[in-house]
Amino acid sequence: MSVLVFIDQHDGHIKKSSFEAASYAFKIAQQLGTQAEGILIGKTNDDPASLGKYGLKKVYVASDDKYSQFDDGVYTGIIAEAVAQSGANVIVFSNNFNGKAIAPRLSVRLKAGLVTGAVALPDTSNGFVVKKSVFSGKAFANVSVKTDTRVITLNGNAYGVNETEGSAEVVSISPSIAESKVRVKEVNVLKGEVPLSEAEIVVSGGRGLKGPENWNLVTDLAAALGAATACSRPVSDSGWRPHHEHVGQTGLAIAPNLYIAIGISGAIQHLAGVNRSKVIVVINKDPEAPFFKAADYGIVGDAFEVVPKITEAVKKLKG
Amino acid sequence: MKILVCISKTPDTTAKIAFTDNNTKFSEEGVQHIINPYDEWYALVRAVELKEKDASTIIHLINVGDPSNDAIIRKALAIGGDEAIRVNTTAGDDYYVASQIAEIAKEGQYDLILTGKETIDYNGASVGGMIAEFLQMPFISFATKFDLEGTTATVTREIEGGAEVNEVSLPVVVSCQQGVAEQRIPNMRGIMGARTKPLKVVEPKDVATLTEIQSFDLPAPKQGVKLFAPEQAEDLVKALRDEAKVI
Ligand SMILES: Cc1cc2nc3c(=O)[nH]c(=O)nc-3n(C[C@H](O)[C@H](O)[C@H](O)COP(=O)(O)OP(=O)(O)OC[C@H]3O[C@@H](n4cnc5c(N)ncnc54)[C@H](O)[C@@H]3O)c2cc1C
Repeated sequence: MSVLVFIDQHDGHIKKSSFEAASYAFKIAQQLGTQAEGILIGKTNDDPASLGKYGLKKVYVASDDKYSQFDDGVYTGIIAEAVAQSGANVIVFSNNFNGKAIAPRLSVRLKAGLVTGAVALPDTSNGFVVKKSVFSGKAFANVSVKTDTRVITLNGNAYGVNETEGSAEVVSISPSIAESKVRVKEVNVLKGEVPLSEAEIVVSGGRGLKGPENWNLVTDLAAALGAATACSRPVSDSGWRPHHEHVGQTGLAIAPNLYIAIGISGAIQHLAGVNRSKVIVVINKDPEAPFFKAADYGIVGDAFEVVPKITEAVKKLKG
Repeated sequence: MKILVCISKTPDTTAKIAFTDNNTKFSEEGVQHIINPYDEWYALVRAVELKEKDASTIIHLINVGDPSNDAIIRKALAIGGDEAIRVNTTAGDDYYVASQIAEIAKEGQYDLILTGKETIDYNGASVGGMIAEFLQMPFISFATKFDLEGTTATVTREIEGGAEVNEVSLPVVVSCQQGVAEQRIPNMRGIMGARTKPLKVVEPKDVATLTEIQSFDLPAPKQGVKLFAPEQAEDLVKALRDEAKVI
């Protein structure tokens, strides 16, 4: 018995969400009286042994260069091999693009019940029950997994990272896996930038900013805070900002520690993508804007006046 | 070329989320249903576009659900598709639904299976990948662009902070999101035509679910917003630093 966590990478480095998933796996292992282990696939610039800091005892590494390109079929095969070696009966992924691509396949391959978008530790007092986000963050479901092996994907920023001391044993594996059926032609990642889904602070702009020429209000504040930028759907639909910045029900769902919404009305479909944020700040000139009902802090005022003042204050207080 | 498009029924995006029966059932009271937006706007419309380019293309829609889903299926047929198949059962968990679809897909020998990226009710994002595994087909998830040249598909998939362009030979399963196509409003001809398109009802195969929803919870309500005046911008930043401790 063990709890196995998939360690995901971005641009050759272990993702922050994987530190969180490892911390979560470690806690589940403690709950079940067993140990947590990891599986890392492809070349890495990081030291897999350092995952011991998040509670992993052992990390299986399939570092053959041919695995550096993502293919959910191939990755499922490698992870299934690690599951067998590790004797895992709980397998944890981050609920991100790669996690969501592999977990369903693995669930079928192992005939293991799947819960995606978990927001808390499983309740193991009577069976195995995982709380997950449903209705785009508007409710939670408590899902009972009936199989002996379970696959869970953990929502970003739902559990947190627990860092302590420790070093993991690194075990090289070279499973024999069928050739990939998918050819990766091109990978375009934003170098050196935090992906929106991993960002701790997000500054977001809506139609209230009137046009793309005013986006320096958003980007200046984001730069001062070290934040990623996002936008509402009409903003990306109008081509003011790229599509990957669109958050909401039909865009990316995010859960940063701080979400600052500027000139966004707070339509229900927008809230569905950001309502898991820890703290929400709303800047809107309309006191009746629905977003204020979902906010923790707010300023009723003209963004063109207020936002530069906030940016200045951030620079002053952080500088 | 044969395409299978998976269609799911979901509550409208503005539906009030409430539960009955001791928080074990979603309250359908006053809830309008729609085709899951990702299935409709992206998966279905892209299939229709492919048929417009190559008229020999055959599009089948599939839904796993009870007769109350027929209205939604007809709506989808008004946008496009030659016929629909409904597996007559109450949708269980994702494993159950994917098993049923895989069964139909196996018989139908489809070259392309399209799904939405997730449903907006249970947010599983899992049916596409599961179908692919049942059928041992490649799977490309979270597609933002889909092009076909003969039997080779070029698909852009979203990844954290970027995109990846993949090339794959048919058959393949693809889950679709924004970018793959643009929403279409069905026209009168489509709506009239949908009434006479075949809607086949088939009985489910016997499959056990692997998971079960025990109960639902609603999130704790927000404490209420703390407002600052426009000239108190600095106080707001201090509150974020000292009180909320997020910067
Ligand atoms: C099925 C469906 C799915 C959808 N999915 C999404 C989604 O994923 N994401 C999403 O964002 N939307 C989505 N929408 C659209 C959503 O309903 C709203 O239309 C959209 O979020 C509004 O964007 P907005 O707040 O930027 O613009 P608006 O609603 O136009 O709001 C602009 C706001 O700016 C304020 N404002 C104007 N000028 C100023 C100023 N000078 N200073 C300060 N404030 C100012 C106004 O008071 C207003 O509140 C969806 C809609 C549907 C039907």
